[in-house]
Amino acid sequence: MDIFLQQIINGLVQGSIYALVALGYTMVYGIMGLINFAHGEVVMIGTLVTITVAGTLIKAGMPVVFAGLAGVSTSVLVCVALGWGLERIAYRPLRNAPRLTPLITAIGMSIVLQNLAMMIWGRNYLTFPSLLPKINFEVAGAHFTAIQVIIVVLSAATMGGLLALIYRTRLGMAMRATAQNPAVASLMGVNINRVIAAAFVIGSALGALAGVMVGTYYEIAHYQMGFMLGLKAFTAAVLGGIGNLAGAMLGGVLLGIIEALGAGYIGDLTGGFLGSHYQDIFAFIVLIVVLMFKPSGLFGEKTGDRA
Amino acid sequence: MSKVLLEARAVAKHFGGVKALRDVSLSIREGEVYGLIGPNGAGKTTFFNCMTGLYVPDGGGFVFDGQPLVADAPDQAAARGIARTFQNIRLFANMTALENVMVGRHVRTKAGVLGAMLQTKATRDEEAAIRQRAMDLLHYVRIEDRAEDLAKNLSYGDQRRLEIARALATEPRLLCLDEPAAGMNGTETAELRDLIDGIRRDGTTILLIEHDVKLVMGLCDRVAVLDYGALVIEDVPAVVQKDQRVIEAYLGA
Repeated sequence: MDIFLQQIINGLVQGSIYALVALGYTMVYGIMGLINFAHGEVVMIGTLVTITVAGTLIKAGMPVVFAGLAGVSTSVLVCVALGWGLERIAYRPLRNAPRLTPLITAIGMSIVLQNLAMMIWGRNYLTFPSLLPKINFEVAGAHFTAIQVIIVVLSAATMGGLLALIYRTRLGMAMRATAQNPAVASLMGVNINRVIAAAFVIGSALGALAGVMVGTYYEIAHYQMGFMLGLKAFTAAVLGGIGNLAGAMLGGVLLGIIEALGAGYIGDLTGGFLGSHYQDIFAFIVLIVVLMFKPSGLFGEKTGDRA
Repeated sequence: MSKVLLEARAVAKHFGGVKALRDVSLSIREGEVYGLIGPNGAGKTTFFNCMTGLYVPDGGGFVFDGQPLVADAPDQAAARGIARTFQNIRLFANMTALENVMVGRHVRTKAGVLGAMLQTKATRDEEAAIRQRAMDLLHYVRIEDRAEDLAKNLSYGDQRRLEIARALATEPRLLCLDEPAAGMNGTETAELRDLIDGIRRDGTTILLIEHDVKLVMGLCDRVAVLDYGALVIEDVPAVVQKDQRVIEAYLGA
């Protein structure tokens, strides 16, 4: 039983991160029908920028709190600029191209960003600086750390903020209107280019936060880390119904929990044949099952409330 | 005679070999209700789409209030003061009636991304004003009691009214209605007529595409007839009604 509770907690933490990344996929898809496969790389760059900035400042003697905050802010700014630039340079010229074209471009941008990161940060694994004190808690036999609590709380707060933005503000309304009918929205004076840019900017900011969380959680980073993380977050978005905000959040958390439970029990299930390092298969089993039986995902419907 | 608000200058549009619009020139004066009629496929909606920037004309162009309209820029057409409704209703189906109208306020308001994120006082005040103005417009078209319902759940007639309210939210100088009476019964058409009359009295110029000839002739100050993409006649209803070419176009003689 304590394995169960433990894995639920671990899954919730991992799932919160998936959810933040999945939102970036789903917002862009909801508004322009594009799967931005380079989004995982934006997250990776968010992690690596934080390492450089926070690491350097800590080494220069700045208190960890301020160095961390500086690292996070820089990372958000860099990722926002990157997301905006991606849309402007790679996707906007293809706005009216057949759907496959921007998709291939997205894969291309993903490769470009990975290689760029390799040139800047090298091929080696980098250590993420400890930004938070290591405090452990124990409840009902399950262990968790302050870092895990902060990740879950911060993700929830961020997602709450996003929902408020989408459902309460003028910009959010324009985004939802554009998702439902871009031509009519533009007749109402909505500048479609700005709405699409906003989707990329907001998604990238969330991605940067997720990147910092991943770094803080695993304390290690690498120029290829965005690939698997991106694929899994994409799976989470598909699970929830791609294009649907609440779906991405739920899909992320569910996927995290499924994966953690799978990793916890896979040894018992296969009589020790497969170990917990096979946990990645669960995400893709989920993807295959969803695509086979409910391709529209949990909350997806053809004319769903996308944003 | 009042001044010209919108002038179409030899507007042409082809779809493959089909000439949907053949050098159509007409002018709409400030404050009038201008009817655009013609048999199915005559090019009426294509004309609307070119004017509002959804299509790029292959030839000619539009002058609005003395300045040329930029082709292919619907948001700019909206900003200049042109709003429209659609023959096949195109509301934001999964947003409430109120939200639909609030989107229409977009072009006349300006709060940016940063303001939205920081929720500055200016942003919040503006959003409150948008909401209030949207409620007023729902009241104006008399569907304020449906404000919180999703647009897709409104009755057909109410959806048409909502589309008009949304178009009015952009504070248009020229309101283009694409077959607003389509599918309406006698009572609804009479109510629509009162609504359009009211909008005109409040100072908005109206361009009306309509099949209901009685409605057009009763409501419009001037009428243009399109047939096979070409302008047949542009005149007051009494003259248009008696024109031999119009009768032929409609009867297919």
